[in-house]
Amino acid sequence: MPTKKKTAVPAQRANWELRLYVAGQTAKSLQAFANLKRICEEHLAGEYHIEIVDLLQNPQLAAGDQIIALPTLVRKLPEPVRKIIGDLSNTERVLVGLDLQPRIAPLKP
Amino acid sequence: MRSTKTKPVSGKADHGNLPKCLTGIHGLDEITLGGLPRGRPTLVCGGAGCGKTLLGIEFLVRGATLFGEPGVCVSFEETAEELTSNVESLGFNLTTLVRQKKLAIDHVQVERNLIEETGDYDLEALFVRIGHAVDAIGAKRVLLDSVEALFAGLEDESVLRSELRRLFRWLKDRNLTTIVTGERGQGTLTRHGLEEYISDCVILLDHQVTETILTRRLRVVKYRGSTHGMNEYPFLIESDGISVLPVTSMALKYKSSNERVSTGVPALDEMFGGKGYFRGNSILVSGTSGTGKTSLTTHFVDAACGRGEKCVFFSFEEPADQIIRNMRSIGINLQRWVDKGLLHFHSVRPTTYGLEMHLVKIHKVIQEFGPSLVVVDPVTGLLHAGTAYETRSILLRMIDFLKERQITAILTTLTSGTAMQEQTEVEISSLVDAWLLLRDIESGGERNRGIYILKARGVAHSNQIREFLLTSHGVELREVYLGEAGMLTGSARVTQEAKDESAALIGRQEIERKQLLLQRKRRALDAQIAALQLDLETEVQESEQLIAQEKLKVKKWEQDRGVMVTSRYGNSGMRTENGRPAAAAGKGK
Repeated sequence: MPTKKKTAVPAQRANWELRLYVAGQTAKSLQAFANLKRICEEHLAGEYHIEIVDLLQNPQLAAGDQIIALPTLVRKLPEPVRKIIGDLSNTERVLVGLDLQPRIAPLKP
Repeated sequence: MRSTKTKPVSGKADHGNLPKCLTGIHGLDEITLGGLPRGRPTLVCGGAGCGKTLLGIEFLVRGATLFGEPGVCVSFEETAEELTSNVESLGFNLTTLVRQKKLAIDHVQVERNLIEETGDYDLEALFVRIGHAVDAIGAKRVLLDSVEALFAGLEDESVLRSELRRLFRWLKDRNLTTIVTGERGQGTLTRHGLEEYISDCVILLDHQVTETILTRRLRVVKYRGSTHGMNEYPFLIESDGISVLPVTSMALKYKSSNERVSTGVPALDEMFGGKGYFRGNSILVSGTSGTGKTSLTTHFVDAACGRGEKCVFFSFEEPADQIIRNMRSIGINLQRWVDKGLLHFHSVRPTTYGLEMHLVKIHKVIQEFGPSLVVVDPVTGLLHAGTAYETRSILLRMIDFLKERQITAILTTLTSGTAMQEQTEVEISSLVDAWLLLRDIESGGERNRGIYILKARGVAHSNQIREFLLTSHGVELREVYLGEAGMLTGSARVTQEAKDESAALIGRQEIERKQLLLQRKRRALDAQIAALQLDLETEVQESEQLIAQEKLKVKKWEQDRGVMVTSRYGNSGMRTENGRPAAAAGKGK
């Protein structure tokens, strides 16, 4: 996996700016990237742009997005900024986190 | 792993080979006998607003400025700007330190509602951030304030716990001396049980409000591998950081001076065995209201300043100007010593702040001014700032502090009219070396002052009560009148003395009169003797005259008779028939 990778999508359609923070090629980061790729292809085909930030190489970037956990996926666009941590194995929650699926509404009395 | 020390651990901290890291926080290094465990995390816990963050920041700032150890502040609650402005009032300029690369501040913000957890994760990014900041400035110290915010931000507590354990291990491996702060929980030291992970050193901060006065306290709960002060120590957050107050000499090991110095009142020196008190003694002056405690103590001050020594006068009742003015009335000019820089007044209301604050202020003033004599007038004033027990412990600490530095302490205590005279309300009599008791003596419709030395350790002191007079030229001690009517003072004494005087006068006059009489008698007798002698002489003279006349007569008669005989024989040549010629014949035979 390259440390900084841009998926080949037509620029004009990339209205989803996603940034995945990792620290080296750990099992978790590879897992996260694979999961992200899969979800994006399923739900945002052709509309997304993934940037991968390896904090081992650019540690100073962690502070900017207030990253503490790894891996962390940050939805830069569309706003508001959302953060999703973990290896993205729970697709349901990733979709909620990305606002691709409404949260399960609490039961109303 | 770096193990080089930029500053050797202070020698007194030699308990095992545990390397320590001086915090530079006033008093804390004494309690921990040399600082925090070097290269290990220390937990600082306590309730809200007890000064955890401040302690941590001061640890970093002192490290950066005093010990050449840069530090990283990882703040989970406040931004760098907030922190900077918060500690600005303590004289810490974080901005400058950051610019000088002696300090790095990283604000770690965790907001749960912006985070969705979707599987397995770790906190590696936090490690990366800390590691990056540490490497950027070569930090030796780290503050994590307060790591517990993570518990609010992250859902998966088990991950968080294992990650925290790893974090502390990691900090240790990098030999970073770390302070981790934690909010105090119910029945536990920290709300989330951080003490489970940090077992090397735990410091508990606390604050209590007693009668509206706040007292902050610090206690070293544990310190693995080292002894430490066990007690709760009061501490203060002041204009230049934190000050913790350990009892300065727990072992009573201070030296004692043999030098005797004058009290400033010659008669009182006499009472102190003629030589005054020992330098470095603590002298208690107790008495009821208006017995002249302050006036007496200013004599001590005046005498000390006169010797060129520095004095500090802590007043809890009167402002400096008032004391100076009042003492002028007994002929003591304190202003000149203030002007010369030998005397410093520190007047403050007892209730202005808590006892500890008072003690710290006293410590500070003493350390800055360096006096050889200190007056606290009155120590009972401190009772307003705390309980009797607390006051006593504060005074004990203060006396210890002063003794350690061989500073003479003059403490006055106010005895209330109803209380026993020989008992101070703060019960510090056993702590002091000398005790002067001023008392009222009421008699003959007057209230007079008396003074006596209740105790004076190591001094052969007078056992007498003296009358204590405040005159326009200072305190004077007079012998009290001891007579048949008991002890007399004031005008009663004066009257009695006058009576005695007149009695003595009458006695003297009587003797003179008798002597005069005797003289006269002698003179009269002498005259008589002279007259008699004169008489005798006259008589003798007369007698001698008569005798002489008689002799002359006899001679004359004989001559006459001879002439007659001759003439008779010459005329007739015959003897007459009368006796005469016969007698003459007889005579001639």
